Amino acid sequence: MEKDFAVVAEGLTRTFNDAAAHKKIYALRDVSLKIAQGRMTALIGPDGAGKTTFLRMCCGLLRPDAGSLLVLGRDVVRCAQEIQSRISYMPQKFGLYEDLSVQENMNLYADLHGIAADVRQKRFARLLRMTGLAPFTDRLAGKLSGGMKQKLGLACTLVRSPELLLLDEPTVGVDPLSRRELWEILQELVKSEGLTVVVSTAYMDEAELCDSVIVVHEGAVLTQSAPQALRNLAAGRCFRLQPPTGVPTRILQACLLDDKQRVLDAVPEGGVVRFIASDESELRDLDVYKYFAGLILTRVEPRLEDAFMLLLRERSGDKFNNESFPIDYRSGFSVGTDVDIEVRDLVKRFGDFTAVDNTSFNVRRGEIFGLLGPNGAGKTTTFRMLCGLLPATSGSLSVAGMDLRRARNQARANVGYVAQKFSLYGNLTVDENLHFYGGVYGLDDARLDERMRMVKEQFDLAGVGETPTEQLPGGYKQRLSMAAALLHEPKILFLDEPTSGIDPLARRTFWRQITALAASGTTIIITTHFMEEAEYCDRIMIQDQGRMLALDTPAAIRCQDGRHLPNMNEAFIAIVERARAAEKGKL
Amino acid sequence: MMNGFFTRLGALVKKEFTQLLRDRSSLLIGVVLPIMLIFIIGYGISLDVKKVPTAVVLQDTSPTAQDMVSFMNGSDYFEPRYVTSMREAVRLMDARQADAIVVVPPRFTQQLYQQRGQVQLILYGVDSVTATMIKGYVESGLMQWQQWMSLLAAADMGSVTVVSRIWFNEANTSTWYFIPGIIVLIMSLVGIFLTSLVMAREWERGTLEAIFVTPVRVLELALAKVAPYFCVAMLGFGLCLASAYYIFGVPVRGSLWIIILSSMLYLLVALSIGLTISALTKNQFLACQVSIIVSIMPVMMLTGLLFDLRSVPEWISAIGYVLPPTYYMQLLKTLFLAGDNWGLIVKNNLILLGYAILFMALAFKVTRKRLD
Amino acid sequence: MQELKIFLRRLKFIIVKEILATIKDPRVRIILVIPVIVQSIVFGYASTYNLDNVPYALLDHSRSALSAEFAARLDGTGIFHRAATLQSSAQIADCIDSDAALLVVVIPQDFADRLHAGVQAPLQIITDGRNTTTAGIVAGYVGSVVAGFNAALHDGRQLLQIETISWYNPNLITRWMFLPAMLGLLTFIQVMILAGLSVAKEREQGTFDQLLVTPLTPGEILLGKAVPPILIGMLQGTLVLLVARYWFAIPFGGSLLTLYLTLFIFLASSVGIGLSVSAISNNMQQVMVYSFVLLLPMVLLSGMATPVRNMPEALQYATYANPLRFAIEAFRRIYLEGCTLGDIAFNFIPMLAVASVTMPTAGWLFRNKLS
Repeated sequence: MEKDFAVVAEGLTRTFNDAAAHKKIYALRDVSLKIAQGRMTALIGPDGAGKTTFLRMCCGLLRPDAGSLLVLGRDVVRCAQEIQSRISYMPQKFGLYEDLSVQENMNLYADLHGIAADVRQKRFARLLRMTGLAPFTDRLAGKLSGGMKQKLGLACTLVRSPELLLLDEPTVGVDPLSRRELWEILQELVKSEGLTVVVSTAYMDEAELCDSVIVVHEGAVLTQSAPQALRNLAAGRCFRLQPPTGVPTRILQACLLDDKQRVLDAVPEGGVVRFIASDESELRDLDVYKYFAGLILTRVEPRLEDAFMLLLRERSGDKFNNESFPIDYRSGFSVGTDVDIEVRDLVKRFGDFTAVDNTSFNVRRGEIFGLLGPNGAGKTTTFRMLCGLLPATSGSLSVAGMDLRRARNQARANVGYVAQKFSLYGNLTVDENLHFYGGVYGLDDARLDERMRMVKEQFDLAGVGETPTEQLPGGYKQRLSMAAALLHEPKILFLDEPTSGIDPLARRTFWRQITALAASGTTIIITTHFMEEAEYCDRIMIQDQGRMLALDTPAAIRCQDGRHLPNMNEAFIAIVERARAAEKGKL
Repeated sequence: MMNGFFTRLGALVKKEFTQLLRDRSSLLIGVVLPIMLIFIIGYGISLDVKKVPTAVVLQDTSPTAQDMVSFMNGSDYFEPRYVTSMREAVRLMDARQADAIVVVPPRFTQQLYQQRGQVQLILYGVDSVTATMIKGYVESGLMQWQQWMSLLAAADMGSVTVVSRIWFNEANTSTWYFIPGIIVLIMSLVGIFLTSLVMAREWERGTLEAIFVTPVRVLELALAKVAPYFCVAMLGFGLCLASAYYIFGVPVRGSLWIIILSSMLYLLVALSIGLTISALTKNQFLACQVSIIVSIMPVMMLTGLLFDLRSVPEWISAIGYVLPPTYYMQLLKTLFLAGDNWGLIVKNNLILLGYAILFMALAFKVTRKRLD
Repeated sequence: MQELKIFLRRLKFIIVKEILATIKDPRVRIILVIPVIVQSIVFGYASTYNLDNVPYALLDHSRSALSAEFAARLDGTGIFHRAATLQSSAQIADCIDSDAALLVVVIPQDFADRLHAGVQAPLQIITDGRNTTTAGIVAGYVGSVVAGFNAALHDGRQLLQIETISWYNPNLITRWMFLPAMLGLLTFIQVMILAGLSVAKEREQGTFDQLLVTPLTPGEILLGKAVPPILIGMLQGTLVLLVARYWFAIPFGGSLLTLYLTLFIFLASSVGIGLSVSAISNNMQQVMVYSFVLLLPMVLLSGMATPVRNMPEALQYATYANPLRFAIEAFRRIYLEGCTLGDIAFNFIPMLAVASVTMPTAGWLFRNKLS
């Protein structure tokens, strides 16, 4: 019987020592599960739920503290080498050798797996074709874009057909286009080779493609079932609400989220707000009806994400700290006419490579402006030029009337910045970090104390003041980055992929804060690769290969070639593919 | 078990070499630095006291007095500067234009014939090494003159003179003993510093995580890491050896193949130490600091490169004799300058072999295919 | 005035942050303090050319009363210890080869006869040239013993008496010259790498961008980065100073103020070099490799172990770019000689020049380096 299962865990427990707090942290606590052969199993759960720990233990890279774990019928402690020889594993941060070329990286793995030359040739040809890496075999891995690196990582992992394939968040930080391509490769291989796959993911649409879904939360398994069965948990509780004209969907969503008793989750989508009601019978009493007239309510089919949010909300209870960011829903929500950021004919070249080509746009006060694009599209370069971190090759840009690069340093005091990677000092405590940033932004002692107290309350950081930031969980880090950027109450806030790597609950809270900030007149520029997050923006710009492909409101962007596309993901893919086809046509 | 061992090892070694060739920093340390150091050592620095600026205060200017200090004139060791007053001599010393003052007092000649001749030698003691040497040179110069004088005075008893021979180093140049020292330094540098740094980088960048989940064995990983840096170090060694022999004329009196063999053995020790450090720290900054502390400084200070281990306090030489480079240093100095001393060769190579086995076992033990 | 206040305030914040970020990790704290103390003590003991134990071998062909007397005189010094008494010349080679003796004294057969005949009696000494410095010093010691022996032969009558005085280091103890040098050497290595890594680390961890978007000017960032390594260097210097003064009891002849001023200027120039290395490097590994490639030649050409005067002239000019050279010279002169600021003013010029070139270069590179 047991051999029908690729992985069998029995009472699996793993702890890590928290040296600072002198206590043990449970990464996995008494986990028992079975993963079937020949199928695709998804591992979903918020950040820090124990997904990576579980996968590493399956590879024999970490030892269990208690319990047993059999992989392919072998014990991971005693037969680590045998398991490692039979399975393939793609870590979250795939350690490609950046100074080796695509071909050399693949050769290395093929040699390590002892693939014969004739088999290898066919396999490589196929992998290169599927990943689209064929034209780049001589390029150094370090010079590939993020999406291509992930594809190369997958190709290296799949140089042979393993008995079990383990993938740790293979698509994190990858744009929708590359994400779709990666999954196509995976599905093709599963179909043609009957692979057993265990994949951890943060994307619910990816989990829906699997045969079985395991939901992990705080080191324990919440449930394991087929996606369909899981979805049904939310049956009958999912609705959509269409706002009246003039009310941004994010405002309506924020209002729904504030209604904690009756609403479990709400998210803007395709011009409407999708939400999960706690109780169908209370729908008429929703707070939104007090503020807005002309709302249209419709019932919708549940999705995996709804069930997932439902499960998480049941476990973690009230995580939304909305009271610190009150929004007055009765006021008007129109963006002003003052222009805060103006960009004209911006160009950036690195050698003969054009990273940003002739881009112009402006951002008005109190607007949420989104920069979207695949990895390597130029959005980070544009962003860095706006912040004054990179000189422009030509063109003009002004932020609050000045070029930050040349402006006197005081001008930068108007700007807040949250970098893509967590970039506060890891070995300093929360308080020390806040104290430092407040200080260099020129807050005097009294004001600094007051602001520190305030942001810590707003961002739910009370109680962790003495903790070194590197020991904080991902969600805390993200909130701390925001708190540090907002200490000096900037007029303009720059956010570079602020939501990558944080769990859905934390993302809701984050956007609720952004909505409130924008409502109070802060101008916000944000980059993201979560396409659905574009729905929160007033306007978005889509870039690809350095060129600006679209600049409009989400509603207008969703409407391509006269078709109304249901969501931003599809609109994005349509726009980028059309542009690339046009490019090919020109050549 | 051997199934695929060589394929995998070959693949890893190839990968290491490719990376090595693309990473300029390794070649900088493996090739550029040795050449730079050997030239600095060969041309640049020397402990030999030559052309010492010496102020000579002749307060008695008789021909006898002048004759007495004439050994300094035209000597390789001294550059005398005759001044008339003590004040001027002190000024020269303070201005660092004199390292020694020889004072011939007034009425020196007169006193000399009363057998009460007195000469004063004042040394700049801040540089005590040079001062010690100068003291020896001046004293022996004056003694020789005295003996010659006493012969003239027809003493009843002869006197002893010293005929000094320096064994192994006819040229009496510090370059000859610095060069073997610098080879030890370079081998330790590449073996310990560079290896621990590149291995720590693999731990830090997470490249090992994916590699671990393949049929690869720890032994293969370790061997593959050792191979290219072994070659880099041997390249540096070859460059040093060639330039020492051809450019600086350092003799190679022992058997060349023993020198090479001993060097390989020491390299294994150094590489294993490097691997051990990186596996223990898994962090570039700490690996760098630890390898500096265990390699460069001790090699310079404790293995007999500068200071003779026979003249330091016992517990210091005990520390020195715990360090593997000490034995390699002894071997190289002897093989270069003295010749094949089989007792020493066998003993020290056996000790190095012991260390190699010990550290390889240690490196192997601390490198695990695990992340915890 | 207001401007200055804001400037100082921001400076305070960044300096506090840098210090905290550097010393938070206990492993780093250990590695910054313990090795300095241990190295200065161990190397202090190790650095000695004062041979107080010279194993020697005697080959006495004369076998006379005089030769026995000479040997007794050697043994009586307390420095020479007889490791072997040889029977034939054939044994000399092995004796030196095997490191059994540093020195072989050969007394010729006609030694006594010649002395009695009133002529010169040559005495042969053979030293181990694998370390010429030791060999030279040993030869000097034998010279003194011979001089004493000769004086005794002539009943204490001596034509010439040499009175040797050595200033600033009466007993010519090697340690006295090495410990002040250690003050420069031990601080230099860690301070330079520390300064070099501080920026590279922020770059690698992404915190540098966050710093650049704050109102801090490049100058303020630079100062913030420079001050903590200098302070750490001052602390390390103090430790070495304490070891020199109290552990080894080397009398301190100068003024502490002058010494610390020199240390400060020296550290500023070292930090400048470190920061420049940092500015041209992309990652921490490059910083470490580049620092290293700079560091070793600078140490070798510092005059710590070998006099600068012995270098070829071209190299002597090159050492003007080496702050370590001038610092070591200044430390020795202040510590032992008691030099005043005026005496060593010249040493400041190269160090200040290095600092004033490297610091602005680093500052400019921070902002303008193409990523």
